[in-house]
Amino acid sequence: MADLTSDFLGIKSPNPFWLASAPPTDKEYNVRRAFEAGWGGVVWKTLGAEGPPVVNVNGPRYGAIWGADRRLLGLNNIELITDRPLEVNLEEITRVKKDYPDRAIIVSLMVPCEEQAWKDILPRVEATGADGIELNFGCPHGMAERGMGSAVGQVPEYIQMVTEWCKKYYSKPVIVKLTPNITDIRNPARAANAGKADAVSLINTINSITSVNLDKMAPEPTIGDKGTHGGYCGPAVKPIAMNMVAEIARDPQTKGLPISAIGGVTTWRDAAEFMALGAGNVQVCTAAMTYGFKVVEEMISGLSQWMDEQGYTSLDDFVGMAVPNVTDWQYLDLNYVAKAKIDEDLCISCGRCFAACEDTSHQAIEMSDDRVFSVKDEECVACNLCVNVCPVEGCITMEEMAAGTVDPRTGDVVADEYANWTTHPNNPSAQAAE
Amino acid sequence: MATSHQASGVQAGRLPAEEIAENFSDLHPAYDPHEAAVAADRCYFCYDAPCVTACPTSIDIPQFIREIQAGHPASAARTILNQNILGGMCARVCPTETLCEEVCVREAAEGKPVEIGRLQRYATDVLMEQGSHPFTRAESTGKSVAVVGAGPAGLAAAHRLAMLGHDVVIHEAKAKSGGLNEFGIAAYKSTEDFAAREVDWLLQIGGITVEHGKALGQALSLEQLKADYDAVFLSIGLAGVNALRLDGEAMEGVCDAVNFIEDVRQADALAEVPVGRDVVVVGGGMTAIDAAVQSKLLGAENVTVAYRRSRAEMGASRFEQDLAASKGVKLMFNVQPAGLKGNGALEAVELEYTSSEGGKLSGTGEMVTVPANQLFKAIGQTLQGQPDMLALEGRKIKVDDQGRTSVSGIWAGGDCASGGEDLTVTAVAEGRDAAMDIHAALTGAAG
Repeated sequence: MADLTSDFLGIKSPNPFWLASAPPTDKEYNVRRAFEAGWGGVVWKTLGAEGPPVVNVNGPRYGAIWGADRRLLGLNNIELITDRPLEVNLEEITRVKKDYPDRAIIVSLMVPCEEQAWKDILPRVEATGADGIELNFGCPHGMAERGMGSAVGQVPEYIQMVTEWCKKYYSKPVIVKLTPNITDIRNPARAANAGKADAVSLINTINSITSVNLDKMAPEPTIGDKGTHGGYCGPAVKPIAMNMVAEIARDPQTKGLPISAIGGVTTWRDAAEFMALGAGNVQVCTAAMTYGFKVVEEMISGLSQWMDEQGYTSLDDFVGMAVPNVTDWQYLDLNYVAKAKIDEDLCISCGRCFAACEDTSHQAIEMSDDRVFSVKDEECVACNLCVNVCPVEGCITMEEMAAGTVDPRTGDVVADEYANWTTHPNNPSAQAAE
Repeated sequence: MATSHQASGVQAGRLPAEEIAENFSDLHPAYDPHEAAVAADRCYFCYDAPCVTACPTSIDIPQFIREIQAGHPASAARTILNQNILGGMCARVCPTETLCEEVCVREAAEGKPVEIGRLQRYATDVLMEQGSHPFTRAESTGKSVAVVGAGPAGLAAAHRLAMLGHDVVIHEAKAKSGGLNEFGIAAYKSTEDFAAREVDWLLQIGGITVEHGKALGQALSLEQLKADYDAVFLSIGLAGVNALRLDGEAMEGVCDAVNFIEDVRQADALAEVPVGRDVVVVGGGMTAIDAAVQSKLLGAENVTVAYRRSRAEMGASRFEQDLAASKGVKLMFNVQPAGLKGNGALEAVELEYTSSEGGKLSGTGEMVTVPANQLFKAIGQTLQGQPDMLALEGRKIKVDDQGRTSVSGIWAGGDCASGGEDLTVTAVAEGRDAAMDIHAALTGAAG
């Protein structure tokens, strides 16, 4: 049985599955139940500065999009940071950490962008015994309008400044949570790194409007007759999050900076993929909010099973393994040639591959009178669209052409050696191959 | 009405009325919106979808299911009704297991097709419950068309003709419209008087007059119709019933299945419909199954379907066979009636085993006697009362692909006409297509 024990910034947890700072981690009751359900750690829902707690709307806070069979694919929210008194949260954190010393408890924080505000709260957080803090520089709604959350996360200089304050007034690990609502994720990550952050976590939610109520002519969730953009999360954001994690993992300036990955983790595989891209652990929210705390059981069994099958004994065995294979387009091998292949035995003759290819791609699929579908190798550019639209997994595959064979589309012999755009004759700024 | 299950002879009220009512509840109950959403999500929106090809009326099934998915079932209904104005009834009675659902790719993939029939019912129910009619008539052409027979083919032709601006008079022999939809289909397939409600809804298009009690050859002559109208469409069905040609066929208890089915459908109270304790149904089509199942549901103790060929050759689909079996009907294959026993009233049927060689059926001489106080003949219906002037093909009125008979100005469709299976949906397609050809002929439009 693979050892799922996670050591992230020296913080130990029995598995790499933490609940992200969000409604599931808003109070002692939930967090105790999450730990009983098997979660390795939690990031406690964001605390604000001393004073009157924030207020939330009293109407709907969530919006969603769904796939077939109403499977929830994306969730957005307009909830703010905790609306419970600071002291209550701190007392609860202290109690829970005392009772669950083997689990990770990180405290998410968002206070005004003034040194004094951080200086005031950090010792109180330290006194709880929690394992670290996460700076909420990501929340895109409500708090951002008050100069906090993503309003800080979108200005690298602020990130560095606040991170430095935290490192100055707090002795345990400081994780900087990044907003994806920027053009280049590497800049805020570099700023966190420059501020001596122990890690970054990402992504926070993405600005979104999930739907428009066409009767009210207003965005949903609709409060009365108005709506606002919310923060988008869930399976739909995973590809965006993975790219951002990979960008930080392979950026020479932030290479090696620990990453806690967030964004649509629903099964063990999502976690394994994020970790292969360099994340030390993952944080989960939407899956728990959709299915309850029990989902962690599959994440644990699935990751463990896969690690056993692969011969990995610890998480470190595969963390970051895919990073070297993330590259820029210009370095992709232009001599690699593949062709789609349809397995007639698996094919159910729906014809979606044909419609997609014929109408929108390269007219490379043939349909016989009796609905047998086959690939025209002389037209196929191996775009993969047919694979993606086929309802039967594994029915259409991309088969690599062996070197030395002739690509019937181009008439060229498939070359054995690697060659990319940088040396391609069509590239005006190509360098001569050495 | 305290008749018991085991009461001898042919009796009404073999079961309590409540139990009979429960037995005759909707065979395929309507989806609620959630069920419809889940079922619709399974459609893959196939290219050149096999289900469309399999549908005699070529309903654009992926399109209408997509409209349900996207939350507008009323436009899904329009998509259906554009092709098949009796889409509501067809959703209930089509043997989808041998048509659209048989070729659904999810049948190939998982052995469980998208439930197209029930989705079609959901969409058409939504629209019909809105109480409005989705089609309007074109400007009047000043032409008039006579339709003979208010069954599926006649109704479909009349609706299409009226929509195109022609004035239509339907001449119907019976007191009620609907044809086999009203009289010839098992009650559990058309509950809550659906057939009649559908006719009323269809007639909302306007421009259609129905004259009841007008049978061809009696109050009506084809010559007169031809003289009075610009075109005539015949959809007179198959009014004759094949006989066993056995001694004793006139005995009490020997009946036509179609009459029994009609009695059940038209009964004010099902508990008052008499049925035998021991029932034998001779035949292998849908009529045989409808008669057998309904006998059982009324409380017959032993019901046997005796079919002269093998299971594979049976006209009724496997779904229908299984339905019958699940209700307790015994299916016997390769047996044919050889004798009727009884003294004034039927007591037993003698069946002879058959064998088939090179497609030719012959009795083996081996006999089995099955007790029966009621026997339903379901061995096919025949054309009856057709005008002499029309050429026949086989035993049906000869028509071409457009439904034209051998006489100019006269079209025919449905079960009375050659070509196509004897199904409601096929009749609708034939009526619709003949109407389009009549329209072309009357307006000089390219056909």
